[in-house]
Amino acid sequence: MKTDELVTMLAAGAGPVEPGATSRRYALALLWGVFGTTLLMALGLGVRPDMAAAVRLPMFWMKLAFPACLAVGALYAAVRLSQPGVRLGRVPAALAAPVLAMWLLAAFVLARAAADAREELIFGDTWSVCPLLVALLSLPLFVAALWAMKGLAPTRLALAGVAAGLLAGSVAALIYALHCQEMQAPFLALWYLLGMLIPAAAGAVIGPLLLRW
Amino acid sequence: MEGSVSATEVRLRELMVRGLAGDSTAYHAFLKELSAHLRAFLRKRLARLPDDVEDLVQETLLAVHNQRHTYEADQPLTAWIHAIARYKLVDLWRRRAGREAMNDPLDDELAMFASSDTEAADARRDLAKLLARLPERQRLPIQYMKLEGLSVTETARATGMSESAVKVGVHRGLKALAAMIVVGT
Repeated sequence: MKTDELVTMLAAGAGPVEPGATSRRYALALLWGVFGTTLLMALGLGVRPDMAAAVRLPMFWMKLAFPACLAVGALYAAVRLSQPGVRLGRVPAALAAPVLAMWLLAAFVLARAAADAREELIFGDTWSVCPLLVALLSLPLFVAALWAMKGLAPTRLALAGVAAGLLAGSVAALIYALHCQEMQAPFLALWYLLGMLIPAAAGAVIGPLLLRW
Repeated sequence: MEGSVSATEVRLRELMVRGLAGDSTAYHAFLKELSAHLRAFLRKRLARLPDDVEDLVQETLLAVHNQRHTYEADQPLTAWIHAIARYKLVDLWRRRAGREAMNDPLDDELAMFASSDTEAADARRDLAKLLARLPERQRLPIQYMKLEGLSVTETARATGMSESAVKVGVHRGLKALAAMIVVGT
């Protein structure tokens, strides 16, 4: 087939394309992903028993705000990386900001604490399961985010995979925060972050394999 | 030359936007002019693989068509096209073991529409042959609608498929065609 024939073929009967395909696809993916992860948590873990008391503590809201800020940044990154030629711009800085803020808070908390209380602040009771549970809960969201990307056109596949993983991990951490009773900044700065970074790292590997077009 | 590059951007973008709104004459003009720019852009960067140029022009055109839903009208068209052409070019380099030295920087978006070349060589890969390998529910809608110029309604009547199945068949068929190229070479 000659190139002119291909051009004629592609243009023939090419109907209108509805604008906003990228946002629609991500909205749908997030809807299903959040549904899947919430279901997984409801079945396997449940909400913390002292919820009514916890909502009155400022740290409870900090604990939600941390992954929420990362989720917004990761969503921007994923959307931009799904469209050819769209630059990341300030998105990496927006992703670094909540991490730095949480680390600063953690450092402040640790500096003020007595030496023998620091271990408890860092490890809490659940450090060994927290990152794994976040990573596990992120699976439905991860599949949904990759599905969204697969229908769009990422050109930097490893980076796109990282963004999909980080989006899944941060929304999963947000949902997991409703179960987990740890409330210390050093714990969040370390183990929550690690939990979110596991799917992000997986995305760096999966992206180039799965997202090719 | 910057002035003429941005004039190309303005003209092509207008054609593309009209094409996305359903004006297939504008869309045809867009693809036709784009293929000449792609050819010049890729030929310069595939100096050691001259026989691959036309194949890559076709592959990129197919990708542009299949991914046109990712173009937002407020975005510079140059950047969008450049990112797709660059992706396809790097992908080809990766597929070929003997990698061509990348002495030409690929980051310069403005190089995209800087030159144009209407002299098409023969493609080595025959897309018509790949089309023939598609399953019937994709091949027939493409055959009737895209090659013989029938309308959706006429194609539906000729194939006994529903109108939405015809549209889905065309869409999926062209995606499958692009996937065959990525896997096959």
